[in-house]
Amino acid sequence: MGKRLVEWVDRRFPLTTFIKHELTEYPTPRNLSIWWTFGFFAGFMLVLQIVSGVFLAMHYKPDATLAFASVEHIMRDVNYGWLLRYIHSTGASAFFIVIYIHMARTLYYGSFRAPRELMWWTGQVLLLSLMATAFMGYLLPWGQMSYWGAQVITNLFRATPFIGDQVVIWLRGDFVVGDATLQRFFALHFLFPFLICGLVMIHLVALHFVKSSNPSGINLADKDNIPFHPYFTAKDFYGLGIFLIIFFYFVFFHPEYFIEEANNIPANPLVTPPHIVPEWYFLPFYAILRAIPDFAGGVVAMTLSIMVFALMPYLDRCKIPGGSRYRPVYRAMFLIFAIDIVALSYVGYEPPSETLAVVGQVATAIYFSLFLLLPFASKWEDQWLRKRGLPKPVVEMMESEQRQRAAGWR
Amino acid sequence: MKPEDPADSDRRDFLGATTAVVAGIGVCGATWPLVSSMNPTADIKSRATSEVDISRIKPGEIHTVAWQGKPVFIVHRTQEQISAAESSPGGKDPQPDQNRVQKPEWLVVVGICTHLGCVPNRGGEGWVCPCHGSRYDQSGRIMHGPAPRNLEVPPYKFVGDNKIVIG
Repeated sequence: MGKRLVEWVDRRFPLTTFIKHELTEYPTPRNLSIWWTFGFFAGFMLVLQIVSGVFLAMHYKPDATLAFASVEHIMRDVNYGWLLRYIHSTGASAFFIVIYIHMARTLYYGSFRAPRELMWWTGQVLLLSLMATAFMGYLLPWGQMSYWGAQVITNLFRATPFIGDQVVIWLRGDFVVGDATLQRFFALHFLFPFLICGLVMIHLVALHFVKSSNPSGINLADKDNIPFHPYFTAKDFYGLGIFLIIFFYFVFFHPEYFIEEANNIPANPLVTPPHIVPEWYFLPFYAILRAIPDFAGGVVAMTLSIMVFALMPYLDRCKIPGGSRYRPVYRAMFLIFAIDIVALSYVGYEPPSETLAVVGQVATAIYFSLFLLLPFASKWEDQWLRKRGLPKPVVEMMESEQRQRAAGWR
Repeated sequence: MKPEDPADSDRRDFLGATTAVVAGIGVCGATWPLVSSMNPTADIKSRATSEVDISRIKPGEIHTVAWQGKPVFIVHRTQEQISAAESSPGGKDPQPDQNRVQKPEWLVVVGICTHLGCVPNRGGEGWVCPCHGSRYDQSGRIMHGPAPRNLEVPPYKFVGDNKIVIG
């Protein structure tokens, strides 16, 4: 019966071919490390956020007079409402951790390089969509931190030339963040995840066309690829088990880590809390915004600090494979960048002070100079490594890739 | 089949371009109501004025009232505060105090930091913004910090001795 049904479907829809092509015969490099499972975790988080979010939306009221109370209602009266909300609030942070690790892996191993530029750029659009979704979702509990976060971020659009003030009022639908803002943020917060799903499809189609990168940085010969299923389904789900143990530890025991205390006070448009901070995943960019004393300059610098990643395929001019693995200079730059991000996050979290302003400015300068230096540093590194003599296995890998290319590998 | 007549292909390009332009204008026209619907609604715009009774604000006191949903500070300034404000030219956005008040003892300013829209708290020589540390003086003028402009003075007028109408 089952077999006949599949045959019936196969004559009308390429079901079996699709499963073969994308799963059971999809060639995957056998040397993928644990860092290559984070894309799968990100996909899982997207599903978890959509599921918990849809069920929360069945009880939430997007109205400035009711929103705060409806979240309390979810926490106290709805069966397992606390679980849904804590999965969703902790899930937002987990989603960003997973995405940032996924990006860090791409940067460290140079996976953004040809032919995977489109994977990197669709990923960049996904990151921006995720940030927008998270930002709009953060307004919905209608607490003080929600309210003032939205007030500050919408105000950034005042930097738009000539029509800045009108743009801000248009975004808010009011002169300040109000009921109109809350309703539209709810509508868009509900819509965006489905747009993200579409973008993920594009990301995956691109992935299955160019195939996975791997720690060696070289496209492997056929004999070094193994089918995705069962090998990587098993590995990814094993990893997911460990990931979920850590995730649910926070959901059950420390959900408050991801909820600012000030957000337990209902939004008050006339009083700003003494210390407002964005969610941790925005801190480095917020620190860059604060580091520039000029308003428009700060907004431009913050935007650039996110968009500059898109240039990576062009900034990195070294031809040695494997990102940081075989490239000491690039590896050092990556480590400095990672430390710099941590420093910026700290500066972004602390209340403004004169010492920290200087630290923030230095960290911002380092952030951008690393990107500016990269084209020269990578070129120089390429020449230096070749002159010094590459390790034999690397030369062999590069030669084997050249042979494959000559043999018509696309 | 005859090879394509070049004049024919020109004509086709022209038709293609014309269709694209007309469709583009159509899409823009169809988007306009959607974009416009996101602007403030009529009931929000109708909250344009606020009346405030100022007879109970003692010298040195400050009242915060809502105008268009925004906080407006009404300060009954003391003689000291007035002379301090009048003797200083202001900070990076200089403006004489006389141009910012209608009566020197009453200062009326929108309580929204011109940097990122937080509400400054009373402190320092006037106000301090909790978000990024901008400091304003007794006239609401920016003295230090990232804010680019002085606190905005809303349109208002005195109606009799004890009442002002903002907006």
